[in-house]
Amino acid sequence: MSEHAIAWTVNAHPRRDRVEARTSLADHLRLEVGCTGVHLGCEHGVCGACTVIVDGRAVRSCLMLAVQADGACVTTVEGLAAPDGTLHTVQQAMREAHGVQCGFCTPGVLMTFAALSSDAAKADEQAMIAAMSGHICRCTGYQGIRRAAKALADKAVGSGQGT
Amino acid sequence: MNAEISGHGLGASRWIGKRVPRKEDPRLLTGRGQFVDDVVLPGMLHVAFARSPVACGRIISIDREAAQQMPGVHAVLTAADIAARPIRMLSFFFTEAEIAIAPLADGHVSYLGEPVALVVAESRAMAEDAAALVEIACEEGQPIVSIAQARTGAPIHPGMDSNIAAEIGDEEIDEELEQRLAASALRIRQKVVHQRISQAPMETRGVIASRDGPEELTLWITCQSPHLVARWVSLALDLPDSAIRVIAKDVGGAFGLKNHPWKEECAVIVAALLLGKPLKWIEDRYEALTASNQAREAEMTLEAGFDAEGRLTGSHGIYDCNNGAFPQGADSNIAVHMFVWAAYRQPAYAFVSRGWYTNTNGLAAYRGPWAMESLVRETLLDKAGRRLGIDPVEIRRRNLVYLADQPATSSMGIPLEDITPGECLEKLLQHFDMAQFRREQAKARSEGRYLGVGIAAYVEPTGSAGSMAPMTGELAQVRIEPTGKVTATMSTHSQGHGTATTMAQCIADRLGVRYEDVTVFEGDSSRGGFGPGAAGSRQGVIAGGAAIRCSELLADKVRTVAAHLLNASPDSVVLSDGMVHVEGAPEMTRPLSEIAAIAYGEPDRLPPDLETGLEMQFRYQPPPMTFTSAAHLAIVEVDAETGFVTILRWISSEDCGTVINPAVVEGQISGGLAQAIGMVLLEDMPYDAHGNPLAATFKDYLLPGIGDVPVFEFVHANTPSRTIGGMRGVGEGGAIIGPPTLVNAIADALSPFGEIEELVLPLTPARILDVIEQRDVSGTSKANSPVAETPVTLSPEPVPAEDVVQGVSAAGPAGDWDMVLKTPMGPQAMQAHFDVEGSALRGYLAAPEGRQEFRGGIVEGNRLRFDLKVEKPMKITLKYDLEVSGDAIAGKCKMGMFGSAKVTGKRAP
Ligand code: FES
Ligand code: FES
Repeated sequence: MSEHAIAWTVNAHPRRDRVEARTSLADHLRLEVGCTGVHLGCEHGVCGACTVIVDGRAVRSCLMLAVQADGACVTTVEGLAAPDGTLHTVQQAMREAHGVQCGFCTPGVLMTFAALSSDAAKADEQAMIAAMSGHICRCTGYQGIRRAAKALADKAVGSGQGT
Repeated sequence: MNAEISGHGLGASRWIGKRVPRKEDPRLLTGRGQFVDDVVLPGMLHVAFARSPVACGRIISIDREAAQQMPGVHAVLTAADIAARPIRMLSFFFTEAEIAIAPLADGHVSYLGEPVALVVAESRAMAEDAAALVEIACEEGQPIVSIAQARTGAPIHPGMDSNIAAEIGDEEIDEELEQRLAASALRIRQKVVHQRISQAPMETRGVIASRDGPEELTLWITCQSPHLVARWVSLALDLPDSAIRVIAKDVGGAFGLKNHPWKEECAVIVAALLLGKPLKWIEDRYEALTASNQAREAEMTLEAGFDAEGRLTGSHGIYDCNNGAFPQGADSNIAVHMFVWAAYRQPAYAFVSRGWYTNTNGLAAYRGPWAMESLVRETLLDKAGRRLGIDPVEIRRRNLVYLADQPATSSMGIPLEDITPGECLEKLLQHFDMAQFRREQAKARSEGRYLGVGIAAYVEPTGSAGSMAPMTGELAQVRIEPTGKVTATMSTHSQGHGTATTMAQCIADRLGVRYEDVTVFEGDSSRGGFGPGAAGSRQGVIAGGAAIRCSELLADKVRTVAAHLLNASPDSVVLSDGMVHVEGAPEMTRPLSEIAAIAYGEPDRLPPDLETGLEMQFRYQPPPMTFTSAAHLAIVEVDAETGFVTILRWISSEDCGTVINPAVVEGQISGGLAQAIGMVLLEDMPYDAHGNPLAATFKDYLLPGIGDVPVFEFVHANTPSRTIGGMRGVGEGGAIIGPPTLVNAIADALSPFGEIEELVLPLTPARILDVIEQRDVSGTSKANSPVAETPVTLSPEPVPAEDVVQGVSAAGPAGDWDMVLKTPMGPQAMQAHFDVEGSALRGYLAAPEGRQEFRGGIVEGNRLRFDLKVEKPMKITLKYDLEVSGDAIAGKCKMGMFGSAKVTGKRAP
């Protein structure tokens, strides 16, 4: 098994790691970086629980190798809230919308929302809901996730309309 | 809302009934939840399993040489190795199975994927690499896969005389019922073939087992109740529960799968005890789909009679369920029959029910395990309505039990006092204009668009307590800390249920403190008392009642202390928003923290003889059962070209009594409804003729996505129950009422083309086109089961015990016998003693729970008949009819309205 050196940034902290060629980005984030908020629901690219942001785009970290993250800027759910603990808009939206039950699918949902709700993405409600088709939630029936998508698209987070 | 709850000595701010944000969310939203795979222990090793490549056969050899040579591998264990530490694989009811169940296959494999060897290595990857090198050679047998094969094929388990895992009821319709049905204006049958379901929680199974010295075992396990797992493991391993600590802080869904450990988890626990090293096993999704226990695969034929006005005249049900090879409790699902007509005025009902062993993965619970009753009944009612020309609302109105009809007793003897399915239906119809819809439907049809409306009504037993070993009351321990903040340890456990939120609401409401100031701890068997966790829609009902009463008792203590300190009467002391007020004396207002600091720190200032501190506990034992009722309505459009179904609207009218938090209640119902949509349209775990499970990834096992689930509309009809707080359970209902609602809507849309004659789930586009095109497009309409049928060669037909009885035994019936009664809760072992005098029989039956004498029995040759009256779980007379043949005894026990259960046994040595 070959080992490779990577230099990359995780949640705004630059790092250097040695990774086995076969190790997925998800496993490396969980086991070596300590980002256990990256959840593995299927390890075959269907459920979306492992979604992280790589260079601004939502990516399934179970389908990407850690070695491919060389030079990349990666954000996980742990990197969303401000250092003082203030929740990111997408976290606030999901909380107000009661979009969380067991919370296993939640980090992936948040990362896709975060990628889409950046100013550059300008996603509307339709686009957000379409993107949610790549996430499986077994608990909520997607009701709160839908409300969160609407609140994010309407920029109504924090106004109490999410509930 | 909840005006029925009156607060004595409480201020105006109420927390019960509020849509407050959840306590669990901040950590889950920031990636700081703690699921089992997030836990890492020093020196921990990792486990992977080598599994059976065939569905049945004899193990010829297990070659672990290559695996053992792999770098990082510490051990490769087989059944022979782990047999060094015996473990009893118990059911949810803590009963032992009549078949031998071991964590790893021993000499014989009985389903494809059965764990055979356990590999321990330094990383999960190394363990998986090594497990792939374990060579398992089997002499492959011909598997029994379907229920149909199980009926006629040879027994899959050695020592069994058939594949019947559990059986109850009577096959033949008795004369009176037959006459009722024959005299009916309409006699109709509905058959449902329900596919096999994977519970598929997003977090797969996983466990960490750590032997901490010779006397302590700590488990981190994804489960439904750490307390139940601790109790189960202590019984399974014969260790005191004090030696076991089970921790499960966050759990990513369970839905019935994670009630207690099964093969893999037990193998890991035993291996950890033997090796003395902490072991972790995290199931991957391929294993979760193919090797986690599964649910639902069952068939039911319900027959019912109606008079010309559409009133029920009588009914008979036949239910068969595929239990797989090693079910988590052999089950013929008596609850299906108990509740099939519970909400309806049904004058007579009889049934037969069987669970079958097959060479497939074993059965476990899944949200509303008895849900078949609602599906078969509600679809039958619509079918009958179409035949009789009575619309779906009207046929229900004529038969449902309304509040005005109660108290009443169901045909199965269930007392009904406050069920409201009819009221839920009426309330629903206030929010939906049926006449308007019928006009739209007619117009759409004329344009070649097929709309349909489905309604369904049901009742559901929730919050059950007191009649089954694990179904106890629930415990609340609440304390006001010296700081004035409130902490509680509860017997509850959340796998998404939000119990830390709802319990905090109950406590804040009854203690007069702010919700923000209450913290609820759960998820650790060393904290709080026993409770079975999320099982049978119970936590809101029972633990909610415990939290309310415990907080009221604690508030009384605060009032006593405050009244003493402030020289006021306890009745004038009011707790509100964390402040203690004296009515009419605003200057005496004190923060609760001040009272608390004195209660702990200045004993001299307390009333004499009062215990210091502000701590209270209360275990709530509720009424044995609390009913939830509901009526749902769905509108669909079926595309006649493609067979695709689009759900346009869905209204839930649910009576769950007092609502603690509407967002949590709606979340529970919505999750259940999404699973219902999955069951009706998408999900399927088929097996091929060789016993291969065919859905091994989420590309094959289709879970509903956001596009498959509509926005749900809610109408809450709140009739408080008789429990403390008035709650009714809501965890399972969506998965029970959802399937018939959706199927009825689809059947209504398809009605211009014809009936869905036999309902085979899932209703794939191909199966819907079968109805539209009146031909077999799906290629499955002939086969009743999705399993491909292959003829199974019979080994000698299992011979019923009666036929073997030839010569009369010299020993006769007198003396001691070891017998097993197959009850709906699992096989019950007992010792019998018979004294015979001429034709008179007396004696006793003894079980661990006690011994019961009987007299007045009759002996005729080798036949024994006697009656035994029991009180638990309900008052019932058991009528035994047994036949002795040499040293064997066999026969039946008629258990009142439950029908007959099988008895087997042998002469005690
Ligand atoms: S774990 Fe990556 S998509 Fe499911
Ligand atoms: S909240 Fe449990 S899977 Fe989405």
